[in-house]
Amino acid sequence: MVKTEEILESLSPIERKVLPYIRDGRVEDIQSKSGMDSTSILRALQFLEKKGIIKKEVKKNKIVEIDDNGRIYLGEGLPERKLLNVIFREKRAEIQKLKKESGLDDNEFNAALGALKGKALVNVENGGIVFVGAGAESEASGKMIEEKFLESLPKNLGEIKDEQKLAYENLSERKGIIKIKEIQDYSVVLTPLGKEVLGGKESRAKSIKSYEGMIEGVTPEIIKSREWKERKFRRYDVESPVPEIHGGKKHFVNQAVEYGKRTWMDMGFKEMTGKLTQTGFWNFDALFTAQDHPVREMQDTFYIKSARGRLPEKKVVEAVKKSHEGKVGGSRGWGYKWKEDEARKVVLRTHTTCLSAQTLAKLGELKNSKNKEGKYFAIGMNFRNETLDWSHGFQFNQSEGIVVGRNLNFRHLLGYLKEFFRKMGYEKIRFRPSYFPYTEPSVEIEVWNSEKKVWLELGGAGMFRPEVTIPLLGEHIPVLAWGPGFDRTIMEYYEIKDLREMYENDLNKLRKKKAWMK
Amino acid sequence: MANVKFSRSEFEKSVKITKEMEEKISMFGTPLESLTDGEVEIDITPNRPDLLSLQGYLRAFEAFLGKKGRTGMRKYEVNKSDYKLKVEKSLPDEWPYAFACFVKGLKMNDEKIKEIIQLQEKLGTTLLRDRRKGGLGVYPLDKIKFPIVFRGMDADEIKFRPLEFSEVLTARQILAKHPTGRRYSHICEAWSKMPVFVDSNNIIMSMPPIINSHDVGKVDEETRDVFVEVTGNDKNIIQKALVIMATALADMGGAIYQVECKQQDGATSKQPLLKPEVMKLNTKNVNEVLGINLPDSRIRKLLERMGYNYDIRKKEVKAPAWRVDILHEADVIEDIAIAYGYENFKPMMPDKPNMIGEESGKSRFCRKIAEVLIGLGFLEVSSYYLLRESDLKKTRQRVLFEVDGSKTDYKYLRSNLITGALRVLSENTDTEYPQKIFEIGDVFVRDRKSRTETGIGEKTKLVISLAPGNFTGAKQAVEHLIRMFNLNSNYKVESGKKKGMIEGRVGNLIINNKKAGFIGEVHPAILKSLKIKTPVAIAELNLKMLYNSAGG
Repeated sequence: MVKTEEILESLSPIERKVLPYIRDGRVEDIQSKSGMDSTSILRALQFLEKKGIIKKEVKKNKIVEIDDNGRIYLGEGLPERKLLNVIFREKRAEIQKLKKESGLDDNEFNAALGALKGKALVNVENGGIVFVGAGAESEASGKMIEEKFLESLPKNLGEIKDEQKLAYENLSERKGIIKIKEIQDYSVVLTPLGKEVLGGKESRAKSIKSYEGMIEGVTPEIIKSREWKERKFRRYDVESPVPEIHGGKKHFVNQAVEYGKRTWMDMGFKEMTGKLTQTGFWNFDALFTAQDHPVREMQDTFYIKSARGRLPEKKVVEAVKKSHEGKVGGSRGWGYKWKEDEARKVVLRTHTTCLSAQTLAKLGELKNSKNKEGKYFAIGMNFRNETLDWSHGFQFNQSEGIVVGRNLNFRHLLGYLKEFFRKMGYEKIRFRPSYFPYTEPSVEIEVWNSEKKVWLELGGAGMFRPEVTIPLLGEHIPVLAWGPGFDRTIMEYYEIKDLREMYENDLNKLRKKKAWMK
Repeated sequence: MANVKFSRSEFEKSVKITKEMEEKISMFGTPLESLTDGEVEIDITPNRPDLLSLQGYLRAFEAFLGKKGRTGMRKYEVNKSDYKLKVEKSLPDEWPYAFACFVKGLKMNDEKIKEIIQLQEKLGTTLLRDRRKGGLGVYPLDKIKFPIVFRGMDADEIKFRPLEFSEVLTARQILAKHPTGRRYSHICEAWSKMPVFVDSNNIIMSMPPIINSHDVGKVDEETRDVFVEVTGNDKNIIQKALVIMATALADMGGAIYQVECKQQDGATSKQPLLKPEVMKLNTKNVNEVLGINLPDSRIRKLLERMGYNYDIRKKEVKAPAWRVDILHEADVIEDIAIAYGYENFKPMMPDKPNMIGEESGKSRFCRKIAEVLIGLGFLEVSSYYLLRESDLKKTRQRVLFEVDGSKTDYKYLRSNLITGALRVLSENTDTEYPQKIFEIGDVFVRDRKSRTETGIGEKTKLVISLAPGNFTGAKQAVEHLIRMFNLNSNYKVESGKKKGMIEGRVGNLIINNKKAGFIGEVHPAILKSLKIKTPVAIAELNLKMLYNSAGG
């Protein structure tokens, strides 16, 4: 009893509205009797079914409908009607002439002629046509059965009467006049529980009606009038699913980038910003990358078409030139004559390390060498001339940090790396010797992938060469530098296998992507 | 980077590859790329072309392992000969130098031929920059009659049978027909003449840096003695390449013989030049840079394990001639660190410099903007900085900047964020609506006032778009943003015009009397070309102006 009471209390207005008509079974009938729209009825039936009050039965129905050609014929008349009219006029004529006069194409003509012959309205002699019988004339002036049938559509296949069968068969053999559509017909029956809830047949309407006074949504009036003292709240089905909603949120890559920034800032680094387009000078030369180094080729780097930039102040340019030519800090240099034009080419930056070079140059302007010390970082987009597939992309995020300090050494570099990558969530890492044109010693940071049982590269690091520090800082002060890649971390976290997914902007996926929880 | 493949059985004649040894290979700075029963594949960084041969690799690696008798600088005897090479003035300016030597007593076999070819190829692609700096050739010695000359000839006069070809071709035909010729023909496109080696029987031996003659320039299993030449335009680098090849051949069991090489200017040298490079090394610097405290004797031992010799008294380090990467003391110090073992350094955090972390103003502002928009239910998207031609066409944009030789269709720098936002909407027409998106990012514009070094201005912009959406909706969002940054009093919207937007439904955003963006409804013609079926309202703001006005 408690259960049926609870169920009655939980009926929503549309359910209550539909219930009296349930015995009428078919949705269409419920619709016509209740005056509700079909969407509301279907929703109400869904709720009722979930409560176990009714059971839905789906019946498949075949409906005969007019097809495209049929629709045209309905307006213009069937081909046989057109042909018949011509024959009436001509009384007797050659087939070719009839074809021309009737305006029918070959298929239509043959079908029409066949149909008329079948009805014995015409007779074909050798090469010509004879109109048959005076009696036929009166018959032919009335409607043919096919015409009548066409006008009666749509119709349930099961409801075709015997006298219509012939017309149906004739038309269905011909092209595009009628078609059969399958539709699903819903009907519903009360379950035993439903019967129990609703009680006897007479009391049904009354008992349902008595629940009409229940409180639906809480309104300001209800709050004000204390109606809850007199009326009950309708019970909600708290278990039923609700439509999804989508909140605004940050792009997952930017969530990760912000996390990276926080990591750097927690370690006391100040953020550097700078341009995405750079001269070759800052992207390469200032970092002691030889002018004929393969990385500077168009194959690897995006150059802006026919752009030539301007070099910074002469002092820095001269110093960088000297270091390349082997006149700085006891270095042999690259053994060539440094070309200004190469340095003036404009590139999309290939690494954020160019921002470190600019920061060092700025620090180099300071008089007091003590003030040149500091810690700086950047995270940003970088570019390389690359194809676009699951494992390649032409833009990628990279992070970059430098520590400038007179007493720094290699062990401090490793100390920072260990701490940084621990914060980024990498415990089992190793440092392996590597090579970059602008650092010495150079380090590759690798993390152990226990699934694939291999060491994977996380990023490069090192201490800037004197050929980099002396021209930029004006003296050699040790600079620790590391540039961890970022995209691998993001892809791992989000289990992204295809690099293109990073910037494909599938809104569905973006809406569903979990929050960055590091 | 270059990956080289060595035969595992040849490798293991010197060093057995155990699990521990796999680790050692990587910790030598040469990551082990793959290991099978037959092959060892190792990644060699561009600073160490001397490791590109199995012989060169093992020479260095065995020293690194500290094997007895293998440490310190390997010595090679160079035998005298009266063979001569003369470089003639007829050569093209682009290819002026040639050096050579020969190596006798090699016991050639398939494996060794493979090794020589791999070394030749890898040197060509890395140190010699795809043969643009130089080329290297190896010949059976017995087919050549000395003295030989290196001379320039007209492309149509040069006739010989190139490697693996059955017919005699002219130089021009080789460059057009032979696979190797075609591959490298771009190098010599503009040369007035082609360089060739000619021996004293007047037989053309080869046409550097393209290809050898099949008749006299092909090494096979019968070959015992080989002639090696390098030519090119970088005098120092090609001499190093000769040293690397000659020492690798010597390690195969050959004896090096010198050739007297006379250049165009008359300078004569006896090649290969195996003289070590001498450099001062202050052990105090070593300890300071690495943060350790090693006595000189220990440092000497570490240096010997990296193939150097060290004289403690003179504080002088001798670097072998095959090393190309020793520019500075710093390079030697790194080698000491490698020998010491990166894994043996105790990482340590320094106390200084000490700073407080600080976010840039730009980052902070962008973050705040995003927060406000997310509060309004906008979803952030992130699109490419480069656009395709089709993106520009569909949204009727002009090209401002283009990159050279892009490997994809993406080759134009974006000059606004609208194109990207519309692309997102057009690619998501099957996704549930409403779609409210935003993006914050940098775009590229002309720098008319020459404020930048590159001539390209970069502006940080914000785009918001609503689909379905109308002018009011977009304006509401913008004004909410304006209020959050307390700019109401300096802000107004004026009627404006914008390509691609419906006329009469565009508002220019004026902040402090300057245009800072616009709000508009996208024209249906553009929506149609993008297959978007809902109305779209869009707003784009220049964040720098907002930032300045907000006193950020």
